[in-house]
Amino acid sequence: MNPSHDDTMQLPDAGGHFGRYGGMFVAETLMHPLEELRVAYERYLKDQTFLAELDADLRDYVGRPSPVYHAERWSRELGGAQIFLKREDLNHTGAHKVNNTVGQALLAQRMGKTRIIAETGAGQHGVATATVAARLGLTCVVYMGEVDMARQEANVYRMRLLGAEVVAVKSGSRTLKDALNEALRDWVTNVDDTFYIIGTVAGPHPYPAMVRDFQTVIGREARAQLLERTGRLPDALVACVGGGSNAIGLFHPFLDDAEVAIYGIEAAGEGLATGKHAAPLCAGTPGVLHGNRTYLMQDRDGQIIATHSISAGLDYPGVGPEHAWLKDSGRVRYEAITDTEALAAFHALTHIEGIIPALESSHALAYAAKLAPTMTKDQAILVNLSGRGDKDMHTVAAREGIQL
Amino acid sequence: MGRITQRFETLSRQHKTALVPFITAGDPEPSVTVPLMHAMVAAGADLIELGVPFSDPMADGPVIQRSSERALAHHVSLRDVLDMVQAFRAQDVETPIVLMGYLNPIEVMGYDSFAARAGDAGVDGVLVVDAPPEESRELVEVLRAAALDLVYLLAPTSTPERIARIAEVTSGFVYYVSFKGVTGAGHLDVDQVAAKLLPIRRMIELPVGVGFGIRDAASAAQIARVADAVIIGSATVRRMEDLADTPQRIPDTVCDFLSGLRAAIDAAGES
Repeated sequence: MNPSHDDTMQLPDAGGHFGRYGGMFVAETLMHPLEELRVAYERYLKDQTFLAELDADLRDYVGRPSPVYHAERWSRELGGAQIFLKREDLNHTGAHKVNNTVGQALLAQRMGKTRIIAETGAGQHGVATATVAARLGLTCVVYMGEVDMARQEANVYRMRLLGAEVVAVKSGSRTLKDALNEALRDWVTNVDDTFYIIGTVAGPHPYPAMVRDFQTVIGREARAQLLERTGRLPDALVACVGGGSNAIGLFHPFLDDAEVAIYGIEAAGEGLATGKHAAPLCAGTPGVLHGNRTYLMQDRDGQIIATHSISAGLDYPGVGPEHAWLKDSGRVRYEAITDTEALAAFHALTHIEGIIPALESSHALAYAAKLAPTMTKDQAILVNLSGRGDKDMHTVAAREGIQL
Repeated sequence: MGRITQRFETLSRQHKTALVPFITAGDPEPSVTVPLMHAMVAAGADLIELGVPFSDPMADGPVIQRSSERALAHHVSLRDVLDMVQAFRAQDVETPIVLMGYLNPIEVMGYDSFAARAGDAGVDGVLVVDAPPEESRELVEVLRAAALDLVYLLAPTSTPERIARIAEVTSGFVYYVSFKGVTGAGHLDVDQVAAKLLPIRRMIELPVGVGFGIRDAASAAQIARVADAVIIGSATVRRMEDLADTPQRIPDTVCDFLSGLRAAIDAAGES
């Protein structure tokens, strides 16, 4: 099926499909619980009391709206388009992840669930989940690959301080994808009292649509802020794509604005040609994993293969199904940035603007730095600065041979 | 009539409950699988569920996860599994074989190609854990055209509407997952299973197999009283794991275990 642009804003269909992507590829035990979740989510997204409570939480607890910052010095240095940063790094807990966990936790409460589970890679979603669980007095269990726990000790400690139980996942590659498997196993076992807060726009329906809807606050705010600031829409949007929640959150409210070019940036790791990357849209093929059909990093037998990225948050072999659809439709262009390029952008923003970005967001910044000089000074690029880099101090230092 | 239906009809005439062992193909190494399948038949297996290894078995507990990892360490692919079935068929043309696994390896091979190759190899049915009826309309058509059964799961969370929907598409038999959880977990409640089987039996005429959590002769006998097939997965695979370093001892050990279950299931049928 050839995707048509007119369909894009109406998707997914009733079964959670974005064209041939998405869906509900789970074992029978989870089908009814997913249906219950879908019904609750569709009901509360139209419930004015729920939406008012969500808005109040986003304002008073998360700190929204997040500002849009004009990176004037950096723009001047790059010598082309003006770069604007959507400052999701200024949110409570330091990234865009909390927009979604606040929403899903409120939904869990409405559904009478008393126990929250989550998967996490870098630990940002785990921290954002543990945070809202603490606030609402809900039991919280976070699954995290053993390898990731070793690379992100500080976040493990943060989650434990917040009262969450962090469970080390020792199966498979012991990273994010295995943490997701383990969280699904927990959910299937404890489905009566447990709400699974998925951190990205992947997983079975309704998660990709629901997480998107909680994250589109980014794009709605940014669209209004840019219009107010510059009197027009930006010429280009850039966001990094792991699972793709910060990207879809920024992109979605602009999909109908044909004059806005949209770029999703994957992790090229050591380079697409080396095979050591995490860029399923740029270099993968369609398949089925974690409840949905999407582009995957897989071998010719359909086994999921190991990914690599300096950024733990992009180190995932799949991607949200809506991104797969947007790639095929041509509405969004997907590119990849290497570890080395991302680090250069990390340093540039830190030195020139005094903002330390997350390594994930540094991929988007690196692409903007390539794009800006090809554009004119009166054009604007809006980059989603999805998180702050405090969590990455050890990774960057170690890479540069410095012991902290 | 397919081998699966034929086998259940024969068992029904004999008032017997089927014993269905599950092993992961290629675990702990590829040379073990075909001889083990023959040995299991000799020990009383009526149908064999052959697991297709997958890197991300999200519905399986740790025992079957590790069996997949051992097989994948030997790069056992779906094509290799089909070759094993073909090798098995050289000596056994009667015992039904159901492949059990996840959708992605089949997606990558392509439904048409998979159905043709599986039919040629002598596979009788396929159970795809992560392909509920909503997502398998095309697959079920392709498999049916190749005279292969697509066996669906039912679970404690299946509503009457879902049971009715699955009744329309499942063929060969239906697999009832005995509890909410992953394979090999430990909370089998036979009374609950029996209670849930009542509405299922009212809506589905096909044989009902019960699996997940059946670990010994006693639980096998209890389930045999209410089910048409007793499916044993993790309990067998755990015994294989213990002998992974001495794979030549696996067939005898698995057969001793299955013979005990066979006797218990048959005794339950007579009481």
